[in-house]
Amino acid sequence: MIASVRPYETEPVGNQPPYDFPAYTSTIKRAPKRPLLHVAHSLSEITGPSFGANWSEPSASDLTHQGKGEPLGERIILEGRVLDGDGRPVRGTLLELWQANSAGRYTHERDQHDAPLDPNFRGAGHAITDNDGAFRFLTIKPGAYPWRNSHNAWRPAHIHFSVFGAGFASRLITQMYFPGDPLLALDPIYNSIPDAGARERLISRYDPDLSESEYALGYRFDIVLRGPKSTPLENRT
Amino acid sequence: MSATSASQTVGPFFKYALDHPTWSDLAADGPLGERIRIVGRVLDGDGAPVPDAMLEIWQANAAGKYAHDEDTQDKPLDPNFRGFGRACTDDDGRFAFVTVLPGVVPDATGAPQAPHANLSIFARGLLKRLVTRIYFADHERENERDPLLRSIGDETVRASLVASLEAPSAAGGERTYRFNVVLQGANETAFLDV
Repeated sequence: MIASVRPYETEPVGNQPPYDFPAYTSTIKRAPKRPLLHVAHSLSEITGPSFGANWSEPSASDLTHQGKGEPLGERIILEGRVLDGDGRPVRGTLLELWQANSAGRYTHERDQHDAPLDPNFRGAGHAITDNDGAFRFLTIKPGAYPWRNSHNAWRPAHIHFSVFGAGFASRLITQMYFPGDPLLALDPIYNSIPDAGARERLISRYDPDLSESEYALGYRFDIVLRGPKSTPLENRT
Repeated sequence: MSATSASQTVGPFFKYALDHPTWSDLAADGPLGERIRIVGRVLDGDGAPVPDAMLEIWQANAAGKYAHDEDTQDKPLDPNFRGFGRACTDDDGRFAFVTVLPGVVPDATGAPQAPHANLSIFARGLLKRLVTRIYFADHERENERDPLLRSIGDETVRASLVASLEAPSAAGGERTYRFNVVLQGANETAFLDV
């Protein structure tokens, strides 16, 4: 029996960063030099891991109540949806999120940046998307931090997102940025993405309607993953 | 159609958030099939170990079925096997998975693919993940007929996708395969455009 396989959409040119981007010096010894081998999609690429709705407890999406007290920093509400290229919600998929604290320090043993750790902020959380592909996190706004890519280089404030999607081909790890950050124009990781529109889609949007009075600022951020190519019938509707 | 979100590097500081040591054992619940170990190292263009990489495996069960709705093959699911694993490299760039030998899965034309595990690699310096496949050296006949392996003309490139069989240890135990991921250079692993 031939298993029916709907291959995934291919990506528009310029939508994804290259491997080789010397302005980001860590790519120099880590980017492969040979062209990638093309693989026609089979079940291996269009299937992928699933995580049941019970896998994640609701408290894992609140990064502000993981310690004895509240973390320092600007409280933010982060809402968004995970969608495929046709705007269909990606339901029940695992989203993992991690970030620096408000001073720009990660709770990672190798982060030696001379900024204080916050005993009330670990900076990691996760959630499973609901039936609309939606997610909501409560966290604090991360600080910028220095890195040794070049002299006096600073990463713009960002939150890391890891998301699985429906199949192996949709797996994505990315970073969400904040509007109006002057460091974006100088950041080689952000600017490795060739297409200006694709870069801007990684910047969250301030949403006054999502903000809660005298409590937290609201930001929206949608994630679009590759999904199966539409059938002609679906295109008509 | 709206364009997909761009990838960005996982960065150097993810282990505290993403590493779950139990996730490297895909066989913890006692699945059907032959239990195996896959060990290896991640190396950069200088041959230096990559101590900050994360690897993810996705594979079919021993019967050759993926635990996913899109796999409609008439083959049994194994309630004790999800097929997903994650491991992070140590200071020497080493990683290890315990799993079961995957069964044969057809390609899009129905031709059998040799047993393989799909592998994603994330690291600082990788702006997007790398993807490759782990095939198994002692499955020569199936490997010879595999559509992807057959499509590779260069023997060295093809060999980079095949995990070698380690000599059995005196203590016995599961069959162990070695699969190194070489990011760059003469022995560069064949990476896939999925």
